[in-house]
Amino acid sequence: MCALSEELVVNIGPSHPSTHGVCRMVVTLDGEIVRHVEVVIGHLHRGIEKMAENRTYLQVVPLTDRLDYVGSMYANWAYCRAVERVAGIRVPERAEYIRVIVCELQRIASHMMSVGPVGADTGATSVFMYTFNQREQVVDLFEQLCGARLTYNYVRPGGVSMDTPEGWADNVRAFCRSHPTAMAEIDRLLFGNVIARQRMKGIGVLSAEDAVAWGASGPVARGSGVSWDLRRDDAYSIYPRLDFDVPVGSNGDCYDRARVRLWECIESCRIIEQALDQMESGPVMAEGIPRLLAPPPGEAYDHIESARGSLGVYLVSDGTPRPYRMKVRSPAFCNLALLPKLGEGHTLSDLVVILGSLDPVFGEVDR
Amino acid sequence: MNINKLREYLCAAYPDLCPLFSVEFGDGSLTVAPEQLHSAASDMRDWGFGFLGMVTAVDRGETFELVYRIQSRAMQTGIFLKTHVPREDPHIPSVYDLWPAADWQEREAYDMFGIVFDGHPDLRRILLTDDWVGFPLRKDYEDERIIRRPDYI
Amino acid sequence: MSFFWGMLWGVSGVLVIAVGATIGVWWERKVAARIQLRLGPQQIGPAGSLQMVADVLKLLLKEDIVPDAADGPFFRYAPLAVFAPIAMSMAVIPFVAGWAPFDASVGAFFFLAVPSISVLGILFSAWASHNTLASLGGVRAAAQMVSYEVPRSLSVLSVLVLAGTLRPVGVMDAWEWWWIPVTFVGFIVYLISSIAEMNRGPFDIPEAESELVAGYFADYSGIRWAVFMMGEYGGMISASLFGAAMFLGGYRLLPGVFGVVAFIVVAAVLMTVIMWIKWTLPRMRQDQLMAFCWKILTPVALGQLLVAGVIAAWL
Repeated sequence: MCALSEELVVNIGPSHPSTHGVCRMVVTLDGEIVRHVEVVIGHLHRGIEKMAENRTYLQVVPLTDRLDYVGSMYANWAYCRAVERVAGIRVPERAEYIRVIVCELQRIASHMMSVGPVGADTGATSVFMYTFNQREQVVDLFEQLCGARLTYNYVRPGGVSMDTPEGWADNVRAFCRSHPTAMAEIDRLLFGNVIARQRMKGIGVLSAEDAVAWGASGPVARGSGVSWDLRRDDAYSIYPRLDFDVPVGSNGDCYDRARVRLWECIESCRIIEQALDQMESGPVMAEGIPRLLAPPPGEAYDHIESARGSLGVYLVSDGTPRPYRMKVRSPAFCNLALLPKLGEGHTLSDLVVILGSLDPVFGEVDR
Repeated sequence: MNINKLREYLCAAYPDLCPLFSVEFGDGSLTVAPEQLHSAASDMRDWGFGFLGMVTAVDRGETFELVYRIQSRAMQTGIFLKTHVPREDPHIPSVYDLWPAADWQEREAYDMFGIVFDGHPDLRRILLTDDWVGFPLRKDYEDERIIRRPDYI
Repeated sequence: MSFFWGMLWGVSGVLVIAVGATIGVWWERKVAARIQLRLGPQQIGPAGSLQMVADVLKLLLKEDIVPDAADGPFFRYAPLAVFAPIAMSMAVIPFVAGWAPFDASVGAFFFLAVPSISVLGILFSAWASHNTLASLGGVRAAAQMVSYEVPRSLSVLSVLVLAGTLRPVGVMDAWEWWWIPVTFVGFIVYLISSIAEMNRGPFDIPEAESELVAGYFADYSGIRWAVFMMGEYGGMISASLFGAAMFLGGYRLLPGVFGVVAFIVVAAVLMTVIMWIKWTLPRMRQDQLMAFCWKILTPVALGQLLVAGVIAAWL
């Protein structure tokens, strides 16, 4: 019990190696213990929702690429589902299968981008390189598919922009065969390490009730034991035809959240293989969609299970070729609101690990 | 759960909210008056809609239409909760005490539209800088950097 | 005249460390790259060996940035306060039979005590940087370095007890091969404590890049930063050499000049092991680190000392 002690205010500024993007945290420390964290966001705010009101429905698709830039495929898909709902477009079967395959591949790439930096935050920089090896393979597959490595603009209203090239399905199968072994290795290297366990177990514990009340979804909620996955519980697209498990943690600490992500990658491989088996040839884009798509006046909300949680798009149309209002319900934004609550009482080193386990991508948080 | 089934259950459990529930474009929405919003939200939360998905607004000219998306894991469905607030001096009670998820969501609605949420613990701008003038997502927001497209596209 | 010879010895010693640190950084980059499924420096010189020469040249040519709010002389000379004691401590290590550059009768004590002065240098740099994150890093580093000196000294003491002398040359003369299994636990404790002393590997929380962005030397650039790095790598070299000499037999492993070669090779292997540990393990949090030192390493070192003492008394 110190008679003379002041609280120290430290600014972990927007430009920092471990903030996973541009996030400013103003931390009030009592010695090494965090008493209060204020999260300042908005450094990457580009006004995507306002820009969407000034562009046609097709021109908004590249904007959605840049929301969750680590997961462009499913960001496109959420928007396209809302457009298809409001315009009454029916997507061909093959396009749905391709959408599911690229979404699951994107989920793997995004989780590799999350588990690696969590390892790097705790100090195990080599694990970061191993996960990026896996991510590189996925990004190469996407480059073969649509020519881009990060922002794809591939999933369009009505289907996908182009069919898969020859031999792509074989490359994807080869990747799915090798990926689970790599995941098992990373599991052993990072989550089996006693120092990493000490750094991640019991840190940033989130109870299941708090997770639901605070609007957390995805691996953050599943790590706390909330067994809710939109692919299974509110099944959309062709997910009802696929058989997969949903990994759920029990303690709600950083360890469980990160480990849920790792196991989701292995489940994604299962989904991809089933989808490749079931997929048949056919058109990949719905017929008769005008270039200047002008849906009838109305509104729609549609959500998908992205790597970060429930990614929803609320679209209001007014009969013109431009959306009247597009709102993106971003899971990273809702999950990040938990940081002040989870960080209190831990040390500064733990705060960085907790931020990593919440896995924010600031394109999506700030829009 | 099928949306019509949900309507049946809702009418059985909350008969006074029944006429306010409509099904449009396959989605159910409960449109209430601003004074009723907090009590209707409280009823919905107690009934099982424990997850607040989003809080947003749409500029409808003379009013702002506030749209809340609430979801129920048990019933595996989601509905809208809507209300209208007048454009001049828009005030609405905050639902932070029902769903803490409303914290940042309402701050964003304030930031973009200027809607004041009474009872919110810390209502200030979240995405824009603190000294920003104006509310960008309003339709009458003026900024010389915005380039309007020609009407034929 | 002796002043001139003293200056010559000093300058050559510093040059030896500088060259050693350069080679050490190159080797570290190669080792780290291979562990991470990469290749490391490739272009400059054969297998990237001249990369470090290019890097040192770049650092020498950089602008000397001293923040306005920084405390002038302390900021400027703190790197020297960190580097000089480590350079001094290397002088007592025996390289060939019967000779060490500074053959002191209390050489081992000199080696263990003098590098503690670099803690002061770290505190100078942390305080003088006038930066909250730097001062946090400096305080963490000071606490860590002062704590880990205890198991380090105790483990070396177990060898000294067996040898019966504090003079490193004397220890080498008295060295027997069966000391290796008897003091092996002490050797492991010594290795771990040395890694912690140098703020390396799993104990680098004071300079944790992912949180404090290099902590106490965050505001240093160019050649001042390079001197900090030389201190760290010099510490690694001196710890490996001393450990190879005291615990693993040094030049006594093989007769004649082969012994000196074996000594250098064993020290190089120890350095590689230290690098290997750094790139594999995550870093320990501050309180976990301190608990590890006081609750695990120190009792083990004391136990080793007891065993060595009993054996020495029995003989």
